[in-house]
Order: sequence, then structure tokens, then C-alpha cells
Amino acid sequence: MAAEIFLVAYDGLDRNPVDYAATRAKANGAALCLVHVLQWSPYAFLTPEELEERKMRRRQELERAKTALVDPVVAELQAAGLPIESEIRFGSPTAVILEVAAEKGACQIFVGRSSKSGIENKIFGSVTLGLAQAATIPTVIVP
Amino acid sequence: MRVSGPLLSFFVPLFFAGPALAQEAAEEGSGTASVDAWVDSIVGPVTTPFVDFVFAQIPGTDLPWIVLWLITAAAIFTVYFGFVQFRMVPHAIQLVRGHYTSPDAAGEVTHFQALATAVSGTVGLGNIAGVAVAVSVGGPGATFWMILSGLLGMASKFTECTLGVKYRTEYEDGRVSGGPMHYLKKGMAEIGHTTLGKVLAVCFAVCCVLASWGGGNMFQANQAHSQLVVITGGDASFLADRGWITGLVMAVVVFLVIVGGIKSIARVTEKLVPFMGVLYLGAALVVIIANIDQLGAAFAEIFEGAFTGLGVAGGLIGALIQGLRRATFSNEAGIGSAAIAHSAVQTRHPVTEGFVSMLEPFIDTVIICTATALVITISGVLQQDPATGLYVWDEAAGQIATANDLSGVELTSAAFGSRITWFPYVLGLAVVLFAFSTMISWSYYGVKAWCFLFGDNFVSELIYKLLFCLFVILGAAVSLGAVLDFSDASLFAMGIFNIVGLYFLMPIVKREMTSYIAKLRGGEIPKYAKTASAGGSVA
Repeated sequence: MAAEIFLVAYDGLDRNPVDYAATRAKANGAALCLVHVLQWSPYAFLTPEELEERKMRRRQELERAKTALVDPVVAELQAAGLPIESEIRFGSPTAVILEVAAEKGACQIFVGRSSKSGIENKIFGSVTLGLAQAATIPTVIVP
Repeated sequence: MRVSGPLLSFFVPLFFAGPALAQEAAEEGSGTASVDAWVDSIVGPVTTPFVDFVFAQIPGTDLPWIVLWLITAAAIFTVYFGFVQFRMVPHAIQLVRGHYTSPDAAGEVTHFQALATAVSGTVGLGNIAGVAVAVSVGGPGATFWMILSGLLGMASKFTECTLGVKYRTEYEDGRVSGGPMHYLKKGMAEIGHTTLGKVLAVCFAVCCVLASWGGGNMFQANQAHSQLVVITGGDASFLADRGWITGLVMAVVVFLVIVGGIKSIARVTEKLVPFMGVLYLGAALVVIIANIDQLGAAFAEIFEGAFTGLGVAGGLIGALIQGLRRATFSNEAGIGSAAIAHSAVQTRHPVTEGFVSMLEPFIDTVIICTATALVITISGVLQQDPATGLYVWDEAAGQIATANDLSGVELTSAAFGSRITWFPYVLGLAVVLFAFSTMISWSYYGVKAWCFLFGDNFVSELIYKLLFCLFVILGAAVSLGAVLDFSDASLFAMGIFNIVGLYFLMPIVKREMTSYIAKLRGGEIPKYAKTASAGGSVA
């Protein structure tokens, strides 16, 4: 039987959910799937200059997320002997995390406690709360 | 309240007056007026031949040939593409909604974004001030011709925006740039007209730079100032006759965005503009619904006025010219400007953006301009003779008589204010935001054209941008009749060179369209379910 998959929502800042999920995965013989979402809405308004540069910026954003945020963590955990894969996607974080969880057949989601305490979270809710409400699989909120 | 000197001299040239302008400015007697007259006297003799050429009337009629040129092109494209603007609108809406956007393209420019940016560049003072000019000079009948021009203009947009995407330039670093300069040069070379293509592209770029300083900048700054004066107390306002203050503030903000690269200001504007657009349309609907009993009469006047003029000096032709001219100024169909904004979209089939771009004249002209015209007609700000039902013509002002001799943006403001007393304040904000977003868009169009002419480097770009900021102050502060006349002519002249190219290149667009529609019908164009990356939710 294939190993269980634990999905980790990684915002690039908060390592706690990654480390905790790694410990749990090791203990359970599960594999990790690290998901990093680049906030993006197809309905966001852009200036003409931003339209021109969008393709370039997208390339840069993906590159930066891969080399600076995701790959080092993946390499580190791989070196520690953990089976791990990663996904970097554009979209609305909560929806993308749930989408990847469904695609990969993950059995658990690990997410950090909302790192931002801005007004945006108060109005629109955080990714953490969104997952807690919408996930169809157990979701662990790591302090 | 009196019509301010700068306002008059900005509008008068828009509907064919010339010498009256300097006189008007001289009568004003203020410091700025003498500067205006001085600049006019220097610029006028140089630019007049060009302006006279662009707005020359067809012998025996009052119809400027350029208006006929644009509308004929729109009609030809309409027939040539088999009334594409009626057949493909449902598909265009599906494209905007992302039904055909691959999830792999998440993070790229969507059809919605290209359209939204193009619309914010187009929706502006033309929809508010321009329509007031059309209706007060051409009568409500001008609205009919405006709508017709909007509907036909959809086919021109379709043609130019398809080409904009097809012949865009994708640089190594990932930037994407397109528009008439690119398709005139590359497209014409492809069909063996290299030299003609280059000439057209250069002429287009020159006109585009000039239009970006005038219609896309000075006209906007001037009208924004005008509305700010209205809401801060009219002639008694602190800002009255101090246009340089408004101009300076706007110029500083524009400078921060286009030179300083402070994108957050532009981003906030881009977010507020659609909101203001919806608010404006909502207010118009409120006025219309509150007076729903007059709606039938208003439409009757629009149709009757379209063919009789209803007392307007120029009669049918007067209504027709004003309608077509102001609609073109507003939706820019055939002018080529929008193709620059639309060309960055992520798509495998250029023609899809052509379909999407058709929604632009529809939103701009058929919906927003018509709403403004209905509000003005319903509000009763245009004086009518109760006995005959004809409009009272004010010979001196060259328009239908209005209370306090209002025209332009002030007339629209009064029309809304007569039903929603506080709305002029909201309109003031909307006008400033629309003016600002139009300036940002046009500064971009202008800089692209400028770099095409003078090289794509930092210094050349900076020179253009600094000049652009200077024109913001000038636009708000002084009434440069001749300069603005010239810039208005440049906007329309863009259409001369653009449309010549479109005639040569339209078979290419037709091939693209035919092959795409065949694939679409054959089910070869994949339709995607909503995914999280495409903005949907799987929760």
C-alpha cells in the first residue's frame, strides 16, 4: 500500500507546521507534500505596465518561491530521509490547498496559525480559518 | 454660474470653432488668459493646417471626413466579419469568465484583466463630459448615433485587438508588448508591404504621442479641475482660476506613479475605478428608475431627434456628427489605442482577445454613454419649448440653452444633482479618478509610441514622462485652444494610419476567426472546469 500523504501548507515564513508535520510523517511512515501558494486572482485589476510585465513577474515569482522558499526545505527533509514532494501554484491559497489535497489524495493537512494579524484577516478571514471550515480531511493547526 | 474661460476654450475647439477662442481668452483678461492667447498665437499657425486637414468637412456637408472614415471602416469590418459583434458576444463573455482558460496559465494575464485595464483606460471624461457635449450640441438624437457608432465600433476593436495579440513582441525577459506599431510594422511586412508598414507605424506613433499629451492628459486634467471647482463652490471656490493647483497636485501623483514607480497608487486607482464606474451607473439607474414614466418619452426624443434634430441648429447632421464624434472620442474604436492594452493577454488564439475586446465599446458607449445621455435628457436641464416640444437653441453658446449656460462635465453634474443633490460630490471624485486612470493608461500608450520612435531606453522614457507631467499642469491651468485642437486632431489621426493598416490586414484576421470558430464548433477548443487557480473554489 502506498504511503499516506500529509499535506503541509507552507507560506514560506512559518517553519513550525513543516517541522511538526515532518515529525508526524516520520513516526507514521507517511510522505509529505509541501504546498506553497502564490496569491493570485484572475480578476485582480492591473495597470497597463503590469500587464506588460506579468509574464516576466510570474516567472520571477515562481523562480523565487522555488529557489528561496520551497527547494531548501525539500532538500533538507529529503536529506533527513523523508519522502517529500512539492507544489507551487498561483491562486487563492485556501482553494488551491484544498485542490492539491484532493489531487494527491492527502489524508491530513498541516497549517500554521495565521501569521498575519492584519485588518485583511479580520475582514476576509485567514487561510487557516478557511481550511478549518472547508477542509474535508482532518486539519492540524500548528501553533 | 458662468462657464469658465478654460472650460469653454477646451470645448469650443472640440466642436469646430477657431478664432473665437483667442478672443474669449483675451476677454477673460486674467494672467492665464494672456498666456493662453500667447501660446495659441505661437502654436496655432503651425498646427492649423493639420487640424484643418483632419477635421475638413466633406464638400457640401457639415460632416468631417474623419468621422465618415471611422464609421465607414467600422461598417466595413462589421459586414466583412459577418456581424461578429452580434454573433460572438456570448462566447466573449464565456472567455472573460475563464471558461476557456487553462489552469496551467494561472498567474498570467487573463482575458478579464486585459479587458478591465482597457476599459479603465477608455471609460473617462468622454463618457461624462463628452456625452454632455454631444447631447447639448447635437440634441438627445445624438445618443442614437452614439449607440450605433458603439455597436459598429465593436467590429473595429475586434480587428485591431486580434492583430494586437497576433503581432505582439515577446521579449526574452518575458515582457509582452503590442499594438498598432507592432502589427503595422510586422503584419504589413509579412504581406510584402514593408515600407508602407513602417511609414504607417511611424505616423501612428507620432500621433499617439501627441494624443497622449492632449486627449489622454490635458483634456482629462482640465475637466477634473472643472468639476472640482463646481463642488467646492463654483466661482467663489478657492480653486476657481487656480487650475495650476489642481494640475500640480495631479502632476505630482502622476509623477510618483509613472516616474517614481509607486505602483500602489495606480493599483488603488485601478481598483477604485471599476467601483466608481458601477456607482456612476447605479446612480444613473436610480435617476432613470425614479423617473421611469419619462423613459419612454426620452427614448422617443432620442429616436425622433436622431432624424429631425428637434430644434438643434444642425438638424439631423448636427445630431449625427456630435453622436459619432463623441462616441469615437469615448470608445476609441478604430483609433488603435486599446490594442496596446489588450495585447498582453495569455492566449493561444489571438482572435479570442478580439472577441473579448468587443465588450469594450459595448460597456463604454452602449451602456455608460447612453446612461449619461438618458440622465441629461430626463433631468430637464436642456431647455425645451413647451409649446412645440423643440429644444431652445442658444446661438451664442452654440448649444441647446441650459440653466446657467452649463456645458461639458458641469452639465452632467447638474443633471445628476437635480435628482440626487449630493451626487455632484461623488461625481467629483469619480471624475478625478477616471481622469487619473485615463492618464495612467495614456502615459503608457504614449511611452510605448515614444520608445518606438526614439529608442527603448531609460533616458528617452524619462524625457517623455517628464513632459507628460508638465502637460498635466498645463492642461488644468491654462486654456491652450490650439494645442488641444491639435491633440484632438492627433487622436483622430491615429485612426487614419491604423485603419489603412487594418484594411490590408483584415484578411489575416478573417482567417484567424474562421479557423478558430471551426475549431470551437468541432470541440477542439478545450473548455475547463473551474479550478482553484482560475479563481473558483473546490470547497
